[in-house]
Amino acid sequence: MKEHPRHARPHITRDEGLIFERNSPGKCGVDLPAPDVPAAPASELLGEELYRKEISGFPEVSELEVIRHFTRLSTWNYGVDTGLYPLGSCTMKYNPRINEVVARLEGLATDHPYAPADLTQGCLKVLHETARCLAEITGMDAVSLQPAAGAQGELSGILMIQACLTDRGNPRKYILIPDSAHGTNPASVTTSGYEVRNLKSDAHGCLDLAELDRAMTEDVAGLMLTNPNTLGIFEVRIREICDLVHRKGGLVYMDGANMNALVGIARPADFGADVMHLNLHKTFTTPHGGGGPGSGPVAVKRFLEPYLPSPVVVQAADGTYGLDDNRPKSIGRVRAFYGNFGMAVRALAYIAANGGEGLLQTTQDAVLNANYVMRKLQDVYDLPYDEPCMHECVLSDRRQAARGVHTMDIAKRLIDYGFHPYTTAFPLIVPGAMMIEPTESASKEELDEFIEAMRAVAEEIEEDPEFVLKAPHTTRVSRLDEAKAARKPVLRWKP
Amino acid sequence: MRYLPNSPRDRAEMLRALGHSSIEELFSQIPEPIRFEGRLNLPGPLSEQEVLELFRQAARQSSRKYASLLGAGAYSHYRPAAVDALLSRGEFFTAYTPYQAELAQGTLQAMFEFQTLIAQLTGMEVSNASLYDGSTAATEAALMAMRLTRRNRVVVARTLHPEYREVLATYVRHLGTEIAEIPYTPSGQLDLAALESSLNKETAAVVIQSPNFLGTIERCGEIAEMVHRSGALLVVAVAEPLSLAVVNPPAEADIVCGEAQSFGVPVAFGGPYVGFLATREKFVRQMPGRLVGETTDSEGRRGFVLTLATREQHIRREKATSNICTNQSLCALAATIYLCLLGKQGLKALAEHNLAKAHYAAGQLAAVAGTSIPFAAPYFNEFVVKTPGKAETLLRELQAKKILGGVHLERFYPELKDHLLVCVTETVNKATLDRMVQVYKDFSAQKKVGAAAPAAGPHPVGQEKA
Repeated sequence: MKEHPRHARPHITRDEGLIFERNSPGKCGVDLPAPDVPAAPASELLGEELYRKEISGFPEVSELEVIRHFTRLSTWNYGVDTGLYPLGSCTMKYNPRINEVVARLEGLATDHPYAPADLTQGCLKVLHETARCLAEITGMDAVSLQPAAGAQGELSGILMIQACLTDRGNPRKYILIPDSAHGTNPASVTTSGYEVRNLKSDAHGCLDLAELDRAMTEDVAGLMLTNPNTLGIFEVRIREICDLVHRKGGLVYMDGANMNALVGIARPADFGADVMHLNLHKTFTTPHGGGGPGSGPVAVKRFLEPYLPSPVVVQAADGTYGLDDNRPKSIGRVRAFYGNFGMAVRALAYIAANGGEGLLQTTQDAVLNANYVMRKLQDVYDLPYDEPCMHECVLSDRRQAARGVHTMDIAKRLIDYGFHPYTTAFPLIVPGAMMIEPTESASKEELDEFIEAMRAVAEEIEEDPEFVLKAPHTTRVSRLDEAKAARKPVLRWKP
Repeated sequence: MRYLPNSPRDRAEMLRALGHSSIEELFSQIPEPIRFEGRLNLPGPLSEQEVLELFRQAARQSSRKYASLLGAGAYSHYRPAAVDALLSRGEFFTAYTPYQAELAQGTLQAMFEFQTLIAQLTGMEVSNASLYDGSTAATEAALMAMRLTRRNRVVVARTLHPEYREVLATYVRHLGTEIAEIPYTPSGQLDLAALESSLNKETAAVVIQSPNFLGTIERCGEIAEMVHRSGALLVVAVAEPLSLAVVNPPAEADIVCGEAQSFGVPVAFGGPYVGFLATREKFVRQMPGRLVGETTDSEGRRGFVLTLATREQHIRREKATSNICTNQSLCALAATIYLCLLGKQGLKALAEHNLAKAHYAAGQLAAVAGTSIPFAAPYFNEFVVKTPGKAETLLRELQAKKILGGVHLERFYPELKDHLLVCVTETVNKATLDRMVQVYKDFSAQKKVGAAAPAAGPHPVGQEKA
């Protein structure tokens, strides 16, 4: 077969240049309405000194070219809509289409944050009702939707612990974090001004109570804990853990990233958490969007309510909604306006579509799927902690590493089988971790295909490890040189 | 439940394969006393049609029938149909952070284009792949400047968005950082004399906004010189980045950050939005947030990856430059598509349209008896107007005519009682502006605020510049 000419390629290998490389002076992707006010030269209104003549290098393309460019780019992505996306700890579940429709309704998508309260009752009601539902699901007493993402929810929660302990007389210095925690936990703690003390996990992958007892001193403000933890294991002694921390004057922060394992099954407030965040983009189906926007509401017990970020949406006796910013004990604002409102709309649509029964079924399916995958793979991949799992399971590459093939290589080969890989190399306490979270959105049929693919890769590693090391073999680009990108960063196009 | 793909038979087969006889057995490790046995008090379950109706009801209790002159950090602009058409592609919106670059070249290339567009707009060398919003971008910029200078004092303009200042205060309160505020002059710009006397060897950053919260454009070049003489860094926040299509960018600054919501992201009651942060190449390793870099694959083809991850929390944990994990990828994509559609000519034409319209409105209002435009400095699409009489009453009269007339500045600046912040974009037509002016005229006549009434400016705050 003849080689294709450079510019004529089938779609999958098309050399889609940067939009800037398509520029042709004089083209524009919009036609603006003619101004209906008297013309006034910008250079006169602003003065010559301020007036910008042009943005050098800016795109000049037609509407069709923009459509084609981004449509092509989109097809080089893999999303939940494409297939199984078992990225552990990220809860890549189906994003219902009705959520997108309601979030774009005129009124909800167009109200201004400073419009008068009597003209924004619909938006305020959505915020109030979403907060109420999240409080019900977590068992907590109050919720703020202001944090823009999980990490900001963490920061808000830790700042509330700090404010509360300060009011009690001593903010203390340290926050305890298990070594299995998400990286955002220690980073958020540092941002709050506390110092991190790491806790070792025990042989079952859970928090070591004796170690906690030793570490929980008068200097320690609290414990930051993920439950189920990042191994997908429920902390069975959670009640004792929380009691111990409380007895020594500390508070318990729960990272709610793994709430998809618990909705309808157990409520963090009931097992002792004082404050937690939720990721609406994980448990509550708001789209991940290629990396945001997220939303990280923070939920608290009654005694922490005065410290919530300001303002708080409140309902008056007459049923109307408003914003309360007269909150002298509040930690202050963490974000302008009221948080990622559009994400609250989507989350509420998801909750209302499911109701309590639907959410419970969802949790059960998520946990069933994860256990199924774990048990069907543990004879070919090492299972470092052989415990029943919740919504995700963590295997390791220990056996494959003996052949020189590691978790990232297996992940890349999985791409050739048509799946998005699992999370690689996390949690850090499992060397060569393969963290698999199928979510409830995977059917048994799809899981069986995934399991088959994982088993096939294990066989390939025995027969031809080199082939796996060079994967992926079917993508538009092969493995990319990350070291080169970091050594001499090229972060933008230049003419 | 319609979203769940497993059938009852699938579930039974899977349970059997696991050796369980009921689903409850899968949860047996959770101690009984902490299991939730009740019924969650939640709405639903609802059919899709019912979900739609529920939110249609909420949407009706809104300001959607009103013309809006509200800005103040959230700007109504027309969003071309192509933006949502492309954003709605599942490959974009149902993907996650591009950790597996070979499966995410679409997102990665789009973010590389976003970084380029923001760098071009701001006159900076590099930009990150976005941050939560303008308020957190300004805060992250201040923290970045503190890391770069190893100093612990931040000077902020009083004309930085009041909510941005609140967020900054929340983030630094526990770091022992001193924050000093610089007042504005009678022309509505940063008081340079006050700035000069405030700068010292402990100052890490000066954070200003331009156009500032009062709408006026700052003299960034002059300010940068002064700031740099003290060894501090200048952070310029831009809340209305459309201005950058007609106003020279603050290229003398060290960090230009802000809010890109104007570019194709709906106002949506305050979020989600899209923050940006651009700076000089030499500062890149102290930048917060995701960065996309160009590289090659094993066959030499161009490709894109997340890069310089050693700054980030998932690698550095407690030593990371920021606790930020996600960016606002989908909103950044909206901005990228929007900017590509408008392009060099369209964006400029739109900015000129906004500029002309705002000046038309201001000119008409200034002619109403008892009304004045107190700040004389140049502005883009937003300006302050002193109302002829009580602003709250006037706002109600405007509201009766289906116009949201502006933000009463008293809530943020007590000295600006009866001053409105008015924003005029292409979404408001001339007829509406004329209607607004008529309400002012009628209101002025009612109040008998004649031509004799002094059109006084606001009481200046702090030191005044001669």
